[in-house]
Amino acid sequence: MKWEMVIGLETHVELNTKSKVFCSCRTDFGAEPNTHVCPVCMGLPGALPVFNGLVLRHAAMAGFALNCHVHHVSRFDRKNYFYPDLPKAYQISQFYRPLCENGWLTVQTSEGEKKIGITRIHIEEDAGKLLHDDKIGTMLDMNRCGVPLIEIVSEPDIRSAEEAVAYLRKVRAILTYINVSDCRMNEGSLRCDVNLSIRHPGDPLGVRSEMKNLNSFQSVERAIQAEYERQVAALEAGEEIVQETRRYDQKTGKTSTMRRKENSADYRYFPDPDLPETRLTDEDMAAILAAIPALPDARRETYVQTYGLTPYAAEQLTAERWLAEYFEEATGTAQFPVGVANLLQGEVFALLSARAAEAEKKGESAPEGRASLPISPAHLAKLSDLIAQGRVNSSTGKKILAALFIEDCDPEAYAQSHELFTVCDDATLIAAVQQAIAENPALVESYRKGKLTVEKALMGKAMAFTRGKANPERLSELLHTMLTRETDQ
Amino acid sequence: MRTYSELCKLTVRELIAALAKGETTSVEITQAYLSSIAAQNEAIFAYLDVYTQSALAEAAQSDERRKAGKLLSPLDGIPVAVKDNMLVEGRKCTCASKMLADFVSPYTATAVQKLRNAGMPLLGKCNMDEFAMGSSNENSAFGVCHNPWASDRVPGGSSGGAAAAVAAGMAPVALGSDTGGSIRQPASFCGVVGVKPAYGAVSRYGLVAFASSLDQIGPIAKTAEDAALMMSVIAGYDPRDATSDATLASDCTLRTFDSLAGLTIGLPKECFGEGLAMPVYHAVQAAAEQLRAMGANVVETSIPSLPYALSAYYVLSSAEASSNLARFDGVRYGYRVKEYADLDELYRKSREEGFGIEVKRRIMLGTFALSSGYQDQYYLKAQQARELLRYEFGQALSTCDALLTPVAPTYAYRLGAMTADPMEMYMGDLYTVPANLTGLPNVSVPCGNATEDGVTLPVGMSLLGARDSLPTLLSIAAAYERETKPNLGIRPYEHLRKGGESA
Repeated sequence: MKWEMVIGLETHVELNTKSKVFCSCRTDFGAEPNTHVCPVCMGLPGALPVFNGLVLRHAAMAGFALNCHVHHVSRFDRKNYFYPDLPKAYQISQFYRPLCENGWLTVQTSEGEKKIGITRIHIEEDAGKLLHDDKIGTMLDMNRCGVPLIEIVSEPDIRSAEEAVAYLRKVRAILTYINVSDCRMNEGSLRCDVNLSIRHPGDPLGVRSEMKNLNSFQSVERAIQAEYERQVAALEAGEEIVQETRRYDQKTGKTSTMRRKENSADYRYFPDPDLPETRLTDEDMAAILAAIPALPDARRETYVQTYGLTPYAAEQLTAERWLAEYFEEATGTAQFPVGVANLLQGEVFALLSARAAEAEKKGESAPEGRASLPISPAHLAKLSDLIAQGRVNSSTGKKILAALFIEDCDPEAYAQSHELFTVCDDATLIAAVQQAIAENPALVESYRKGKLTVEKALMGKAMAFTRGKANPERLSELLHTMLTRETDQ
Repeated sequence: MRTYSELCKLTVRELIAALAKGETTSVEITQAYLSSIAAQNEAIFAYLDVYTQSALAEAAQSDERRKAGKLLSPLDGIPVAVKDNMLVEGRKCTCASKMLADFVSPYTATAVQKLRNAGMPLLGKCNMDEFAMGSSNENSAFGVCHNPWASDRVPGGSSGGAAAAVAAGMAPVALGSDTGGSIRQPASFCGVVGVKPAYGAVSRYGLVAFASSLDQIGPIAKTAEDAALMMSVIAGYDPRDATSDATLASDCTLRTFDSLAGLTIGLPKECFGEGLAMPVYHAVQAAAEQLRAMGANVVETSIPSLPYALSAYYVLSSAEASSNLARFDGVRYGYRVKEYADLDELYRKSREEGFGIEVKRRIMLGTFALSSGYQDQYYLKAQQARELLRYEFGQALSTCDALLTPVAPTYAYRLGAMTADPMEMYMGDLYTVPANLTGLPNVSVPCGNATEDGVTLPVGMSLLGARDSLPTLLSIAAAYERETKPNLGIRPYEHLRKGGESA
């Protein structure tokens, strides 16, 4: 009988407020160590936290966007434990009365659509970073101390690594749509803890292990698979699973014990007496709700209904807000929206990932988001239409796209000046076909002997004589007719 | 021309008048107090650190301002002492603990900044019980402070140094902090006035936290009027303290009561029973009679849950302290043990050696009270008791303008008398903790004397009122002072005289 995996995710998301959650220090990533610090975030004696109201607004917006019940009143609690990256020896968090509860989101997987529950979303402060150096020892960078986080806790509704990743992608999509976080896993602004247990379907929940701080979609996927296999092997060998925190090693692809439950801390949560309750009025809530843009699911529906895209294509184009907005702007001027979708998902995505790979090789950082696509939506729409209308063929379209990436301009004017429009007049095309046949007697001969696949090669030759500009359908048609005529003789 | 000794006897109000008339200067006043400190501190040990040079420099600047007619406040030029748990940038802030023996403050507490903004020279930092935990000042890691009225007796605590300094003429006025009575009880033991303002009235920013929901900074002064002058300097909303209360008035101007007619003063019967020393009982009852004679309607009232206050206080204050003091872990600042095998041992040994016995006792108690499985029985029950007390005090104060009780069940006891049994010492906080649990303002005012073994010792009465009642409480106290003319400063100069000095 197959083992079923049961997964719940705890996702930590850094909010993109300019200042920290309990002081006015800046939150920028990558600053010189210990330059964005003050008595409050360093936890010095006598310093007191003061709550940044924008954090409440961001967190509440995340709650609404994830279909949660957002509470009018929430409260901060102290989570007490000793660690060198935690200067007060307690983390200000929300334990007893979190801001948001009982939400959900939907994901599209190969099995179809699935709804995943969200237990709660609470606000907390980030800890500092320990930097280990062989010579100097361990150093502490407190810039991250007090950066605002929300922790999103899912229900144990997830049943596969694919669903887990789809859930994370959807969380990222929604949070970037509402612009409360940049959700960059490589910079740690989106981090994930995985709780996983296995059981036979229908049985009660098994004992779970927790894997902390996974920092890429890939490691989430691999860690889940590795841990699932470990637990299956253990149970099938008659061993017991113990509740523990495990570490996933990217190099070995295996998980190993970090700490057992009996050694886990008693956090002694209690209400933080330094901070009053957070309060949101009905008016506050209405204003936050009104500021939420159309979210990925709603846009996906529109794309399927209005533009006739497949649900998969629509999901891809709605994965990031800038992309959806780009697509919508382009379709606004395009005659054939599907063409825009195809162009974006095909050639544009390919170019973007090629550029990103190239930059990574050079150790540079490629531009992200809207900045990564230097072509105006109107120009892309026009190019899409030129292709759809057959005025340029797809391979010429690729060339024009590459040129526009280097320097954005009107694709029609570009095609004009570079003489890239499709050649449609039969006289020119027939001449090209004739030339191809005349110059390649060997190919024609093998075609005659029944090796029909050489037609493709001849097509390439003919296309080359038009410098790639021929309307491929008409050229193919003419070649076929002439070849058949030749061989009939 | 006044002698230094005369200057040290004057109230702040009198010093302000003398300065205004040009009869003295801030430098002269400051020098007088510094001399008094120099003469007495070895015997009393009210100060852990004395800022001789900077105090005189600040006084000189004040005199310059006075000449230029650019005074910063009515108290410009009046020197002041501060308990050593408030941060002053560039100065040590030890909390009388080995843990912070070498900790230099990188910033200044809001309350201290307000003293500076008012032009008040800082005389130095006062002795205290370690991290403000204690009622006798015997928990100071640097040495006990002595009561100026009888040097073999405690000054009370935890703000023992600040109270002793004011009582001994080593400061005209001082700032203390009060979590369960730490301003009021030493004020009563030393025969001076102590104020625990309403929670949120004075910013806690830069006060090293003991129990955040209970801590308040307040003045210790020779008279109610002086305390009111200080309140006007230090009170007020502070955006750096989220628990500071913008609705409380920062001005503390007193009313001059010709009569107390129309005021109702309640005596909670639970405060006059078992455990109360007879001289204290008699002194407070006599004060009640005095207030009645002045026209007040004095009535008996009741706070039925008062017996739970002490337990609730020790659970809650220790719970918060266990969390607040966790940051002293030897990693970034403060005491760090020299040798340790690993991180756990660094934590354990640094805290074991850096903290004194009473602090460790409270941390253990508080950690236990918050532990999973015990939190419901201790921490949550204590919170419920706190709510109950809030309600009952609210009820009592709906019919009374003030509640009159003793400040402490005893007067100053001998050094070492209570150290054997912590519980006995905790019992001494019975009358003071309710004001912290309820967040209400409470003043401690000298109301008579007790005599023991031929030594005269002061006794204090406590006046407690609604959240915004501090000006009323201090106005009642000022009226009482005018009528009774308490023996201001009879003992404070004992040491100067005994030493054969006269400045």
